[in-house]
Amino acid sequence: MRRFARHAARILIILLLGGFLGATLVRLAPGFGTDEEELDSRLNQQSIQALRQSHTNDGSLGQFYLHYLTRLLHGDLGTSKTLQQPVTRLLAERFPETLKSVGMGLALGWSLGLALAIVAVMSRSWFIDLFTSLAAGALLCVPAAVLALLFVIAQAPGRLVLGLVVFPKIFRYARNLLARSASLPHVLTARAKGLGGFRVLLWHILPVAAPQLLALAGVSVSLAFAASIPVEVLCDLPGIGQLAWKAAMGRDLQLLVSLTMVVTAVTLVANSASDLVGRSLREGAA
Amino acid sequence: MKWARVAAIVFLVVVSAACLLADFVAPAPYSHQFRDVPDAAPSRQHLLGTDDLGRDRFSRLLYGTRVSLLLAPAAALLSSLLAALIGGTAGFVGGWLQRSVMAATDLFLSLPWLFLLITVRALLPLNVAPITSVLITFALLGCLGWAAAARVICADARTLGSSDFMLLARASGSSGFRLLWRHLLPNLKPILFAQFWISIPVFILTEANLGILGLGVAEPLPSWGSLLRELESFSAFSGHPWQFVPLILFIVVVSCFHLALQKQELSA
Repeated sequence: MRRFARHAARILIILLLGGFLGATLVRLAPGFGTDEEELDSRLNQQSIQALRQSHTNDGSLGQFYLHYLTRLLHGDLGTSKTLQQPVTRLLAERFPETLKSVGMGLALGWSLGLALAIVAVMSRSWFIDLFTSLAAGALLCVPAAVLALLFVIAQAPGRLVLGLVVFPKIFRYARNLLARSASLPHVLTARAKGLGGFRVLLWHILPVAAPQLLALAGVSVSLAFAASIPVEVLCDLPGIGQLAWKAAMGRDLQLLVSLTMVVTAVTLVANSASDLVGRSLREGAA
Repeated sequence: MKWARVAAIVFLVVVSAACLLADFVAPAPYSHQFRDVPDAAPSRQHLLGTDDLGRDRFSRLLYGTRVSLLLAPAAALLSSLLAALIGGTAGFVGGWLQRSVMAATDLFLSLPWLFLLITVRALLPLNVAPITSVLITFALLGCLGWAAAARVICADARTLGSSDFMLLARASGSSGFRLLWRHLLPNLKPILFAQFWISIPVFILTEANLGILGLGVAEPLPSWGSLLRELESFSAFSGHPWQFVPLILFIVVVSCFHLALQKQELSA
């Protein structure tokens, strides 16, 4: 329970600091406090003054952050400048789409990466090892955006790209980890005593590697979210990656910072969850 | 695998030399338009054909590779120097400074890389001159990519700080800057070099992603990002397979960096 509370406090502190950083970026960005509406020739001087006044109400950076936090606590993330819609509504509409893509990508990447790593280590065939390592190495050298473009050309489902982005990292790490576990003395003894390959893997190799593999789970969530930007833009998937790109092209910092904070929160929760589960596994094994 | 590493380094040297000599090797300037032959197939005049605007693809590939291959190492150097300064100092001084720096790196590493990058990129003007866009893109990569390396360097500096030779140097009267400059930094060199090498392919890939999204180097200056963006116009029916040459070169070059850096990782 104490560990859980410590993790929750860490997430909160990082989010508060990240929020402050984000608010600073928005507040100090060139063009803050100005509005295109000021160019409307129908507005008189008083209206323009009122518009300016509404922007300067936030005052200093500290006051601005305080307002930002207060609004955040009330579930108000502001309004998108480019899309003229509340950020919370945009998030509610688009976040499930990204979660679906990221979930599918993670499932594909992990199952492919882990399965091939197990085959490469357990088969002990140099050919399979070389072939799988080359495939993972080649995918590691292709930007996510290019993979997405290739999928568009091939008219294949774009969501699969996220799996191919995650796969090489999982494969490399898992392969090295399993190979190291497979060469431990107790595993060699088990093999020498005639234990079957499947039982060796299930009872002697995987339990040793599991906590470290779990640590990678959190990192892979961050990877998949980052790759969702080019994938959703190029494959035309209406998720938050596409929204972030639109916000960047329109210099909509309010929206961008909110999106970054939401993704950061999800990443931090995933990291903490994998850390907590990994620790309890280690303690259980000890 | 020594031969593979040597072949990778030789290939990188040849590609870098060809790109550095692009002014002499390229048949035309990168922005020159051959208006009578737009979207042409490869020929003796245009080895990789021309793009939609009639620009020679081979020349653009040479200049684009030059931009990415020169500036990615420059960005990697910047991020490694920042990591050395921040991580090295924190590890050397220890105490609250180390804890603060580690908290800052935690914060940086928690922010998804591409989200952070496009947020900061959006802060800066998007409609800028091509040269400015190149500098902005790679300077951003250099300035934002220090966190992971700083963590490694800080841990290494901490270990070195309590090693026997450092204790001996302290006992001999060395302190402060001299201890840092004469004893700590030379021993951090291998890890710094490894971090530098690891960063190069990461930055090349990130620039390509940004370029394809239109947030990287501005036209008409080519970079790998803008060259790979041309694949958007590829159609299986038009059948222009030479459009894939930049992608193949890209994959081979990044693979060569991975092959070459294995040695650096091991030596670190």
